[in-house]
Amino acid sequence: MSCNCCGKDQEKYQQLQAVIDAKKGTKGALMPVMQEAQSIFGYLPKEVQLFIAEGLGVTLSEVFGVATFYAQFVLEPQGEHVIGVCLGTACYVKGSQAVLDRLSEELDVPVGKTTKDGKFTLNATRCLGACGLAPVMMIGDEVYGRLTPDEIPAILAKY
Amino acid sequence: MDLVTLTIDGIKVQVPAGTTVLEAARSANIQIPTLCYLKDVNQIGACRMCLVDTGARALAAACVMPVSEGMVVKTNTPAVREARKVNMELLLSNHDRKCLTCVRSKNCELQTLAEELGVRDVRFEGAMSSHPIDDSSLSIVRDPGKCIQCRRCVAVCHKVQKVGVIGTVGRGFNTVIAPAFDEKLGDVGCINCGQCIMACPVGALREKDSTEEVWKAIGDPAKHVVVQPAPAVRVALGEEFGMPMGTRVTGKLAAALRRMGFDKIFDTNYGADVTIMEEGTELLNRIQNGGVLPMITSCSPGWIKYIEHYYPEFLPNLSSCKSPHEMLGAIIKSYYAEKNHIDPKDIYVVSVMPCVAKKFEAKRPELGNGELKDVDAVITTRELARMIKEAGIDFVNLPDEDFDPLMGESTGAAAIFGATGGVMEAALRTVADILEGKDLDAIEYTAVRGIEGVKEATVTVAGKEIKLAVANGTGNAEILMEKMKRGEADYTFIEVMGCPGGCVTGGGQPIVPARERMVTDPRVVRAKAIYEEDAAMAERKSHKNASVQKLYDEYLGKPNSHKAHELLHTHYVDRSGK
Ligand code: SF4
Ligand code: SF4
Ligand code: SF4
Ligand code: FES
Ligand code: FES
Repeated sequence: MSCNCCGKDQEKYQQLQAVIDAKKGTKGALMPVMQEAQSIFGYLPKEVQLFIAEGLGVTLSEVFGVATFYAQFVLEPQGEHVIGVCLGTACYVKGSQAVLDRLSEELDVPVGKTTKDGKFTLNATRCLGACGLAPVMMIGDEVYGRLTPDEIPAILAKY
Repeated sequence: MDLVTLTIDGIKVQVPAGTTVLEAARSANIQIPTLCYLKDVNQIGACRMCLVDTGARALAAACVMPVSEGMVVKTNTPAVREARKVNMELLLSNHDRKCLTCVRSKNCELQTLAEELGVRDVRFEGAMSSHPIDDSSLSIVRDPGKCIQCRRCVAVCHKVQKVGVIGTVGRGFNTVIAPAFDEKLGDVGCINCGQCIMACPVGALREKDSTEEVWKAIGDPAKHVVVQPAPAVRVALGEEFGMPMGTRVTGKLAAALRRMGFDKIFDTNYGADVTIMEEGTELLNRIQNGGVLPMITSCSPGWIKYIEHYYPEFLPNLSSCKSPHEMLGAIIKSYYAEKNHIDPKDIYVVSVMPCVAKKFEAKRPELGNGELKDVDAVITTRELARMIKEAGIDFVNLPDEDFDPLMGESTGAAAIFGATGGVMEAALRTVADILEGKDLDAIEYTAVRGIEGVKEATVTVAGKEIKLAVANGTGNAEILMEKMKRGEADYTFIEVMGCPGGCVTGGGQPIVPARERMVTDPRVVRAKAIYEEDAAMAERKSHKNASVQKLYDEYLGKPNSHKAHELLHTHYVDRSGK
């Protein structure tokens, strides 16, 4: 993965390499290496996971399994505000998919990703436990209920 | 060896220390239900189906619990029965329970167990996880709705095949067995070996079904439909009809194919004999003219994809020979077509294979002549069995019939292609005769037989020592590739089969439940039948196949001739992305 070791990331990869060299061969090396990697990069993109897999001689699928098992790991750079649109049954029935689609359109970002300016991360979530307010979304800690797609631009304008 | 004595259900059992309670019970003919356990492959105590009472406060998982001296185990108490039943109901509450239309019905470990545990009601109806079906692969379909997350496939893919492209993703209710980063199986470095299918207890992994397109071709009067079954099919197909493992059904196989309506019943074994002529000659050329050595066999498409992804630097070591069914397909659409005045465009070639990787292989653009594919459809042994049932053919009571003349004729050398070491042995039988210039009697190279992962041997032919290596399963091939990387492999000839045991236990063969795999090794039992098949043949060396000689006399000229190269040889693709 030498192709990643260029530009401003070079230093970060060197740091990670040092961590891998120190931990390689020890039992249970994967978790600590991944934790270090996340603190170096802020999140764990595919390239970093590949780098870890090759460095430790494990498969990408093992690294990814751990990354998705523990909530402490994030796979995407997180925006300043994290939006979660509920796609639980109640919200889905009340049209939350349309809300999600509208957000994706307004922010010009696919679900699960962060906007180019780093301001918003758009996620779909499971039931948020506020089904009475369906369809529901959260921005940070703020809950928005009984949403219609047309309300979205005004809400976004607040941030 | 230290022996441990324990009591299971009142029966005294003596087993070696380190044995699990599950295995100890098995040796006393006590059946403990299991789902995630797969002998020698997966032992993770995940499904909690094998719970037993060991006197401790909590019930224990027998598959991971080692025996201890004086242990008292109860496998059948009200608490044990209820706990197992509850676990089963929980599994079923998040399972797409459409047995009637499921390909694994009647050979499903979940279904069998639910029946045996007496589950009559699922008390926990709840949310069902919904992960989409992945049919991106040309060989394999993944259906997470049927997955019980036993991880047997993950263990096989990582530990046995050393490919490791599927794994556990996410946690809890959302967990799914899938490739990393939501990629599709068809887009990652999966080698299509199908060993994950063989490990799967349920219908969550299955072959991509091609039976409909084959029925369609058979039903099309404009098409001349030719079928060819591989060597390993005839020693396993019977199992799908309740015959004991290791039964040879070659004659019934030919009869069944004829009754299904195929126009010609040829035999991939003929293609295997041609392969030996081509590959043997290629090997001699490489030895005599300083070609790239060691030469590595190329019949196994799982292996080919593996080397293309993971060891592309050794692609020049691969024999340029197409695999036997591709060779035969090319011969059918040229020599046979010309001889019988049939337009090759009207010929439809169906291969019956013990393999799902052959489905991918048949669609390689380099295997054919533009629009004209060497092979049009590949069905597995399992799919053939389903078609025979669908056609209402009473397989067990069929008479023995022969394959059709010319390309139905074969030798014992071809028969053994189905077992690990077989291609190597078949090649040696011919190469030795050529080098010694006589018809040798000693033709059984037993050093390359057997299921050991890597076999090495040195044989002396015409005063020359030839060093050989044989690997079965890509995890074992990796050992040889690493040796080559370190420059420590001074072999002349290497045989690799992508599947552990070779084709007899390929990813398209009848699936043997974990319970039976505890006591029977299909690699051994089916291979025994393969060598019986060999011993029963009138000719046992490929170059003695009269119909193959005729092919060279009438059409190809000599092995490795220009024409032979055009039709029977191929090239490979570096898929490493490096
Ligand atoms: S996997 Fe087994 S239990 Fe599930 S639907 Fe298929 S046959 Fe039935
Ligand atoms: S087919 Fe082979 S390589 Fe592909 S996922 Fe299954 S076991 Fe792994
Ligand atoms: S796909 Fe099959 S083998 Fe793999 S975890 Fe699911 S049920 Fe088990
Ligand atoms: S379904 Fe959306 S909050 Fe419950
Ligand atoms: S926990 Fe023992 S078989 Fe699954």
